[in-house]
Amino acid sequence: MKGFFATYLREFLLLKKRFIRVLISFSINPLLYIFAFGIGLGKNITIGGKSYLEFLIPGLISATSMMQAFAINVEINIARFYLKIFEEFQSSPISNLSYALGEVLSGVTRAFLATFIILVISFLAGVKFYLNFYFFLTVFLNAFVFASLGLASAMLIKSHADQALVTNFIITPMMFLGGTFFPTENLPFFIKPVIEALPLTITSHTLRSIALYNSFKYSSLFILLVIAIISFMIALYSIKGAKN
Amino acid sequence: MSKIALKVENLVKKYSSVVALKGISFEIKEKELFALLGPNGAGKTTTIRIIAGLTNPDSGKIYLFEKNLYNNLIWSKSQIGIVPQHINLDMELTVEENLLIHGLLYKLSLSLIKKRISELLELADLKERKNSKIKELSGGLKRRVLIIRALMHKPKLLLLDEPTVGLDPYIRRKIWSFIKNIQANGTTILLTTHYMEEAEYLADRVAFIFSGEIKAINTPKDFIKQLGNYAVDVYLSDKLKTSYFKEKKEAEKELLKYSKNHFVSLRRVTLEDAFLKYVEKNL
Repeated sequence: MKGFFATYLREFLLLKKRFIRVLISFSINPLLYIFAFGIGLGKNITIGGKSYLEFLIPGLISATSMMQAFAINVEINIARFYLKIFEEFQSSPISNLSYALGEVLSGVTRAFLATFIILVISFLAGVKFYLNFYFFLTVFLNAFVFASLGLASAMLIKSHADQALVTNFIITPMMFLGGTFFPTENLPFFIKPVIEALPLTITSHTLRSIALYNSFKYSSLFILLVIAIISFMIALYSIKGAKN
Repeated sequence: MSKIALKVENLVKKYSSVVALKGISFEIKEKELFALLGPNGAGKTTTIRIIAGLTNPDSGKIYLFEKNLYNNLIWSKSQIGIVPQHINLDMELTVEENLLIHGLLYKLSLSLIKKRISELLELADLKERKNSKIKELSGGLKRRVLIIRALMHKPKLLLLDEPTVGLDPYIRRKIWSFIKNIQANGTTILLTTHYMEEAEYLADRVAFIFSGEIKAINTPKDFIKQLGNYAVDVYLSDKLKTSYFKEKKEAEKELLKYSKNHFVSLRRVTLEDAFLKYVEKNL
């Protein structure tokens, strides 16, 4: 447990030291999307009887929590390739499990911070939601999936430059296609099953159901849980490969 | 008789087509300071990384206090402290925070961590800099933090990989006395360096390593003795010719022989002379 705590504490202390900067950077994107798409473009649009802003915000929480959780790969890359601090973890008597848990939960912390920022902005914009335990559980599982994938990608890549490729080819397309900005129901039949199977799409649908209609499917949470476990296993396996 | 702290047997490591270690073997006695001395790329850092569990060898065995290192990896890691060549401290965190995280990684209790931080800051003369961020410290102070971080969990074996690289002579000497102090407190030390005077001053025994092979192991004194006590350097037009002598009189004769037409000097033989002899043999 101490090994896990040490890994988490390091990331937490770094986050604390950059708190104001982090707060500002976490706020910029959601604010831009809310103003550009929600208030600007979407002013006269309604989806399923709800305003576009109400439709957008749960999707934005899904996408932003995904981005911020996945972004731990940047911190890990700096620690691995630039500061070489990863070696300090590797030479210490902690298990890969402790290390992975510490890093992934620091990603989850970042995701929750970003989620709270959007909720505050939404509250100030006058948008009202249902918020319950399952809403935050969904955010947790989504963040856990993408923090695990962030850790795995940071372990698998060979240089800092390669990391941008992973973000550009996987994360950015997922953000735009995964039910954040528009309903996936109208997508062409050949791509719809793929998009709907993405963890981000499942998260967007679940958060939207809870926030707007106070209902959700347990099966969605179960699927997210399974994806989270698989992602974490991939991350654990990738740490072994990062040696040498 | 001293116990064997570390035993390395036929260690082999290949990086694709390059053979970094060609079956090296050596032993370090408890409380001994053993130095691996060799040029860049000789295999010193690879050896340290394998012992620290950072790199897997292709073959060979390592025993730490008679236990197989790889069969007892978590235990072994808790007995080893490593000071890497590069400064891998968290630049944004303070000295105290860096030490705290290390203590937690080595599963120390919070009260013990607090006690060790206080003891080690005292030892390294860093008490005043406890709350300074690492990025605010000079190179020499960063090195000292790096060394005390490795000592946080009271390792039985300390691995020092080029601990004074890039430091000025004054700071280097300060670090040397700090290392001597650590050894005096009972820690076994494996040091890698390419600074001859560092190995001569610090090491009880030295191994010369070239291209992944250990060519000789001896005490610095015995390496020097094999050559003689005095060296005469003659600066010829195209090269430097050095001759070695047991007696000072013989050396002075040589000095006189060349002094009319060349720049000459008489000095004591150093470990560097012994090392250069091996380099000549091995290049």
